[in-house]
This record gives sequence, C-alpha cells and structure tokens, in this order.
Amino acid sequence: MKYAFYPGCSMEVNAAAYDVSMRAVAKVLDMELAEIDDWNCCGATEYFSQDELTACSVVARNLAIAEGESNQLVASCAACYCNLAKVDKLMSEDAEMKQKINEALSAGQLKYKGGVRVRHLLDVICSDIGEEKIKEKVVRPLTGLRIAPYYGCQAVRPISIGDCTEYPMQMDHLFEWLGAEVVDYPVKAHCCGGHMPQISEEQAFELQRRLLQSAVDYDADMILCMCPMCQLNLDAYQPRVNGMFGTNFKMPILYFTQLVGIAFGLEPKAVGFGKELVAGLPVLKKKLEAVSA
Amino acid sequence: MAERVGVYICHCGSNIAGTVDVEEVARWAGENIKDVVVSKDYKFMCSSLGQAMIEEDIKKEKLTRVVVGACSPHLHEKTFRTACKNAGLNPYLFDMTNLREHVSWVCNDKEAGTAKAKALIAGSAERVKYQQPLEPSYVDVHPATLVVGGGITGLQAALELADAGHPVYLVERSPSVGGHMAQFDKTFPTLDCSACILTPKMSEAGQHENITMLTYSELEEVSGSVGKFKVKIRKKARYVVEKDCTGCGICMEKCPRKIVDEDFEAGLGYRKAIYTPFPQAVPRTPVIDVENCTYFQRGKCKVCSKVCPTNAIDYEQQDEIIEIDVGNIILATGWKLFDCKKVPQYGYGRLANVYTNMEFERLCNAAGPTGGKIVMRDGKTEPKSVAIIHCVGSRDVNHNAHCSAVCCMAALKFGHLILEKTNAEVYSFYIDMRTNQKQYEEFYQRLLEEGMHFVRGKVAEVTDAARNPDEQGKLIVQCEDTLLGKQRRIPVDMVVLMGAIEPQADAKELGLKCGISCSMAGWYTERHPKLDPVATMTEGVFVAGTCQGAKDIPACVAQGAAAAARVQGMITKGKVMIEPIVASINEEACSGCRICNNLCPYNAIEFDPVKETSHVISSMCKGCGTCVAACPAGVITGAHFNNQQIFAQIDGVLWDAKPAGGNGGAAAKAAEPEPVAS
Repeated sequence: MKYAFYPGCSMEVNAAAYDVSMRAVAKVLDMELAEIDDWNCCGATEYFSQDELTACSVVARNLAIAEGESNQLVASCAACYCNLAKVDKLMSEDAEMKQKINEALSAGQLKYKGGVRVRHLLDVICSDIGEEKIKEKVVRPLTGLRIAPYYGCQAVRPISIGDCTEYPMQMDHLFEWLGAEVVDYPVKAHCCGGHMPQISEEQAFELQRRLLQSAVDYDADMILCMCPMCQLNLDAYQPRVNGMFGTNFKMPILYFTQLVGIAFGLEPKAVGFGKELVAGLPVLKKKLEAVSA
Repeated sequence: MAERVGVYICHCGSNIAGTVDVEEVARWAGENIKDVVVSKDYKFMCSSLGQAMIEEDIKKEKLTRVVVGACSPHLHEKTFRTACKNAGLNPYLFDMTNLREHVSWVCNDKEAGTAKAKALIAGSAERVKYQQPLEPSYVDVHPATLVVGGGITGLQAALELADAGHPVYLVERSPSVGGHMAQFDKTFPTLDCSACILTPKMSEAGQHENITMLTYSELEEVSGSVGKFKVKIRKKARYVVEKDCTGCGICMEKCPRKIVDEDFEAGLGYRKAIYTPFPQAVPRTPVIDVENCTYFQRGKCKVCSKVCPTNAIDYEQQDEIIEIDVGNIILATGWKLFDCKKVPQYGYGRLANVYTNMEFERLCNAAGPTGGKIVMRDGKTEPKSVAIIHCVGSRDVNHNAHCSAVCCMAALKFGHLILEKTNAEVYSFYIDMRTNQKQYEEFYQRLLEEGMHFVRGKVAEVTDAARNPDEQGKLIVQCEDTLLGKQRRIPVDMVVLMGAIEPQADAKELGLKCGISCSMAGWYTERHPKLDPVATMTEGVFVAGTCQGAKDIPACVAQGAAAAARVQGMITKGKVMIEPIVASINEEACSGCRICNNLCPYNAIEFDPVKETSHVISSMCKGCGTCVAACPAGVITGAHFNNQQIFAQIDGVLWDAKPAGGNGGAAAKAAEPEPVAS
C-alpha cells in the first residue's frame, strides 16, 4: 500500500531513531511511505495562537502538495498529525477560511481541494495492516517485556487518530499482538509538558515525574511513545527530573516502532537503539533472551 | 352539479396568524377558487363557536364540501369531521389543511407563508370535490389483553385489568416477573424495602384468576388489528414441568454447577445452572440454563432429575408456540443499563473498585451477595470513602442526550445507605441536582444534613495513578468543581457510576412487530407527548413505563394504570370504529400476480386460489397505500386517496403554474370526464 508521507522536522535529527525504525518496519509490512516533495514546517504549536491564517496556510501548503500524490497523508509525529488534521477539518467546515487559505496558496500555484485524509502512523499500522498480518511477521515475540503505552495529547485531541479520545487502546492492542505484557497505563493520554521546559521547568518536570512514576508503579520496563516531543521530554529531562524531585528514574523511553522492529526480528541497531539517552538495550537484553543470545 | 365548498382558515391565536395573513388567504380563496361559496377566517376554529359556525354554514349555504386550514389533522381532524357529521354532511367530504406545522411553524417570512398557505388551501379545495362519502365499520373488542413485560409497570397494568374482571396474558422474557425493581434494595425517597412492596404484587399477579402468566416467554408475532389481535408467543423450554413442580428448590440446592449471575446479581453473586433468579421469584418453577448445565453440555449429571421429588424435570422439553386472541396490547418492556465500559476514563472493568449503580443496588441489598454489607471487591474491606458519579452515559453528547431521571435520587439513596451502614465519607459528583418530584427535594436536604459531600462538575477521570503519598492505593476522582472554580482530586476507596437508563436493545424490533415506532434513541413514541402519553399511533397498542422514556417507579406505576384504564375503556365500549380509508382490489381486472400479498405490512391481502385473484381484508387494512402503488396493473384503489383526488390536489397546489387559459390539469386526464375546476 502506498501512502504520502510527511516526516516533519523532528524525524531527521532528534527523532532519528523513530525515522530509522519506522522505515525498517514499513519495509517489513510492505508499506510504501513516499515522502512528499518540498514539504515545510507544520507550524508546531505556537504559530496558531499568533496568526491563524498564516499558520493554517503554512500547513495547507503541505496538504496541497500531498493532494497531487495520494489521498492519504501519513504523519509520524503527533503534533504534525494534529496540525495537518486540524487544518484539513477547518477547511472542510469553513468555506471562508478555505477561500482565504487557497488565495494565499495561489501565490505558489497551489490549491487544496480537501481530498486528503490525514493519518497517524500508529493508526495506519493498527487499522490498515491489522492484527493478522502483524502477527504473521513476528519472529521474536516480546514475551515478558512490560511496556507502558504512552499516547500523549495531540494524537487523540482534538481530532483522534481513530482511537478513543479518553482512553486510547491502539498501541495496547498492537503490543498484545506482539506478545508483550501491556500495563494498563492510566496516564497514557496525559500531558508530557510539551514546550513547558523552556517556560517553567518546575511545572514541566512535575508533569514528567507523574508519567515516569506511574510507569514505575506499574512495574513497566519501558515507556513507548508515538510523538518525538513526548520522547524527547521524558528521555532528555529524566536526569533533571530526578534532580528536582530526588527520584531515581531510569526508565527507557523508546518509539513504538523500535519495539515493533525488535518483534519483527530486526537488530536493535537497525531500529535506532542507542540513540536514546536512558539506555534501552540493557533492559531489552535482560528481558528478551532472543536479543541477548 | 357543481359542489358547494366552504373554506375555513384558523388563526390558532397567533400560531398561524403570526406568520400567515389569514384574512388574505380566506379572501383569496373565496374569490379565486372555483366552487368555493363560503370562505372565512376565525380566531380558534376548533372552539365550539368555530365548529358551530361551520355547522350553520353547511345547513344555511347548503355546503357539500368543507375545507379547514388549521393545525395538524392528528389534533383536530376528528373534531371537524364530527362537526360535518352533526350538520348532516358525510365526514369524509371534509379535508384538513395543515397551515401550522406545514407553514407557520416552519416559516418566518409572512409573504412566503401566505403564498404557501394559499397553495395548500387550493390543493385541499380541489381535492375535496372528488372525495366520496365513506362509512366506517365497527369490530367487537376482544376482552382479553396482552401485557408485554413483567416489571412493576406491566404488573400494575395487568392487575388493574384483572381486578376489573378482564382476562390478561402477562408475558415476561426472564424466568420470573419483577423486573429491575426486584433487584433494588430500597426505593427513594421513602426508603421502603423494594422487595417488600413489590413481591405482594408479584404473587397477587401469579395467583390471579384473570391473569395467565407466561414467563420465560417472548412475543413472536402479532397480526390482526385493534379489537382482534392474534398473537404468537414463544414459551421457551424451561426443562421443568410447571404443573408438576412444587418450587421446593431441592434441585437448585443440589445442582453441582455454580456460575456467576450476570443478570439478577449484576455479576456480583452466583447462581446454579438450574435456578430461579431470586428466592421470591414468581413463578417458583426454576429453569435450566442449557449453556451452563453439565448434562446439556456433557451428557452426564442429571442430579436435578434424581433429587426432584415430583419428577418435574424434563430434559426433552421443547419451546412451545402459544397462540392467543386479544383486543389490546400494552408494551411495558422496560430498560437496560448503559454499558459503563463505554466511558473508559472512569475505569469500570479496569479498576476493581469501580461499580455500576446496579452492582451497588445488589451490594446494598440484604438479600444480595454480601448480605447487604457495603464492602469492596475483596469481599471484606469496608470503604472509608465512596464517590458517586452522576450522569454516566446520560446528558452526554457522546452517548445519550437524555437525562435518565432517576439517578440523582438513586445517588442520594446510595449516599444515605452508605452513611447509615458505614463510617465512610460520601461524595456526589453531579452536573445538576434534579429532585423535582414529591418529597424528592426534601430528601436532598436530608442528605445535605446527613453530611454527604456534593461536588458540582463533570468528572474528568477516575485513576489509580497517585501523585502523592495521600493518593497511594486510592482511586482518585479528578473533577473541576465548578462552584469553587478549581480542579479537585479526591482520593476514595470506592466509586459508583450512575449508568444511564437506555432503551432495550431490541425495542425497535418488538415495536415493529406491534406496528409502533421508536424515537431515534429507541424509546417508543406515544401518540401525543403531553395529552396522550400511553396510546400510540397504532390503535389498540399502548406503551407504559420506561420503554417510553426514562422515569421513576411512581411514574411507571401511574403509566401502567393509565394504559390499563385506556384498555378498560375500549373493553367497556365493546366496539371500535374502523376507518373506511382502505384499499380495494378490482378483482375482475386482477391478474393474480400476488405482488401485493407480500408487500402488505399488515397481512391484509388474501389470495383466493380458486378465483386466482387477491382481495383486501378491509378490517385489517390500514390504508397505507403500498399495494396501490405497487400493483403493476393499477387495479388497486386506495379509498380517500385515489388518483383523481391526488392529481386534483396537485393541480390546486400548483394553481399559479398552470398553462394560461387551460384547465388541462392532471386530474382531468386521470379519471372520469367530470369537469375540473380551474
């Protein structure tokens, strides 16, 4: 199956592990992710509160480019997904905004008609590929590994990727198919702090402490993310959180695609292990005999 | 001879006159529509003065046809038909135009409204000239009544009728009558023991000489119509012969197979594979749950048969179809509980100590699985704090828009029982406190005094993710307290979700069998929401209790009695009028293709194999017109809706779109060479 793919800014550097694992998993699953040509920034979070029309037009440019290539546009980052889906929805519901945005796009000989369905990678894997095909590809079941599925906010709010807004389950199901022990992670859709570490470390780190503490309380071996922002916050700031609260968290924060890759028999290095700051490989080796062997 | 048509336009106060220039419509009709000899407007045409005016005109002006432009025919068609009849005019020579629901209420441009009113009146005036005098027929009302549903509503209806001397068939699908009320501990606000006030009614119904109780039975098929329904009931095999069983209960005691009781005990208790739902069940005859019976599943056991002192166990018993004749049907099929797992953020099914309201009823009940002790899932620990969350699945755009009507009071009742039986703190998380029946507000005040805590706001989530040591091991209820204007996290031991009252899953299906409709949500639609709450659009079929909408026990009992009173009226009168608006088949031209036979939703068309033609059984025909439209030979006529009448109405409605100078209307082409009005 062929999808238009929007990588977003994170995938090249700080989420390189997500990028490499996603591509490796896509290959196993025969998913063709065709990166759209000359894409630009999704506007992230801040731009929308500054100047809505400009922010929307920036996003719509990506939709317009994708429209020429496929009727489905996949994003791997939850924030990118959210912005693309939001603008697509806005343009389908608000004719006046649609006209204004298209006016702006016409400067670059572009126009978005509204024919693209914005998807998140997790939903594509769970809904389009599905249980049967995924189970077929498992060569190294994740038996014994306790994972905490972490969805964060933007994948389910305000426009859900296709899962329950209040208590999403797609990643839970996916990792059950792969043989892992999925902990019922009660804070799975709570906030990671977003860009708050730049504004107020105290508040941001408290949010992160809750997420890490809950994973510890549930005896999880690792937290799996579907958003580069979430991964960065929980991974990079973990020592600072420990410093602020006197805790001793050593929780690996990995991308869900990395563990899908491991289950598919790929080597840890091939799915980006080692790029995270709190090392994931030791836990993996301890829990999965097949990896250490 | 030309007809003499009278046209009457009602103001309906300002309901119609507000958006339609009624005087202008009356003036215009009098001057422009052919054969209209009288055209008047009047403030309230349905008043006795309005009716008297029409009657007087019929006599004085020798009117042969009458048109009234007013509200919906549902409301006053009968009124004006009667007025015509009183003045000696056949009531079917009258036509009613709906200028309210079809014009003024859906329009705010007076000019456009007036134009539309003129067109509709012209349609009626043209149509009415082709209407024919019709005579209604009458059928005898069978004195027996079918009551479907053996909850408190159905029991009340059945007892009212039976006490009045009329035979009743009471059909209940579970093994015992009693319904949800049998599961409750106390009833609000009086705190009567629910079983104590219900079981006398159950046994009275069980022993009543006029009540035939058919439990573990379902309505299979309904045919016929008001006065003479024919009903098929499937009496499911109990595998226990009712006439031989004494209800001693030894079989249940000795049965080696114990299973979780998901129905009566809401999953908190156990029952045997041969069981009655609860000790006071009526009838006392148990049933064998085939799915869980060792003998039925593995071919060995038969303990119940061995211990039965009267040899009442019959493993070979089959379902039985019982056919009965009844004059009227009352549906009192009740409700089902909202699936609280659909609100995953409240943790039901995930977090052990989150309960549904029905589970909590059983937990409080002295005859329940804990003997009435309020304890947590471990079966022994008393909670130190309990949160009760209102509106779970009710008043929620994601689930049900409606208010379930009973949950606020049930939550207060739970609060009282927890405070009475334990030392726990009780928190109610409500959106609005709705206590608007007799003694309900007083009960709320009582709970305020008893120290129940009230937090106004919709709960965001119930979680076990503790943020600090105080929350450790607790269920934390996160909520915006809209009175304080701040977020609160309240750690508790136990959470009770007040799940919504929802329509039965198969309400629509059962409604179809009886020829009545449901709202989008699945509640049965009453004939009029205010003035005719227990009748339906199908004569002889009544609805009562929660199948019509969420309501509390007093309201259910009142509706059960009201439905019974309506049925008694029918029985006392003895005869019911059958509308003459029915289809008829010109048998000489019928080819016997039988297309109409299967299309008729009322099974009112019969095929005569000798003559090889079909004919309509007029007493069963509802005049829906399906066969008229479907007949490939065009030989079925719908009385009061024949082609000529309908084409004349179209001509009238399109009065301003006609080719100049011509009277070449479709009505003229459709039928007899009767000259057609311009």
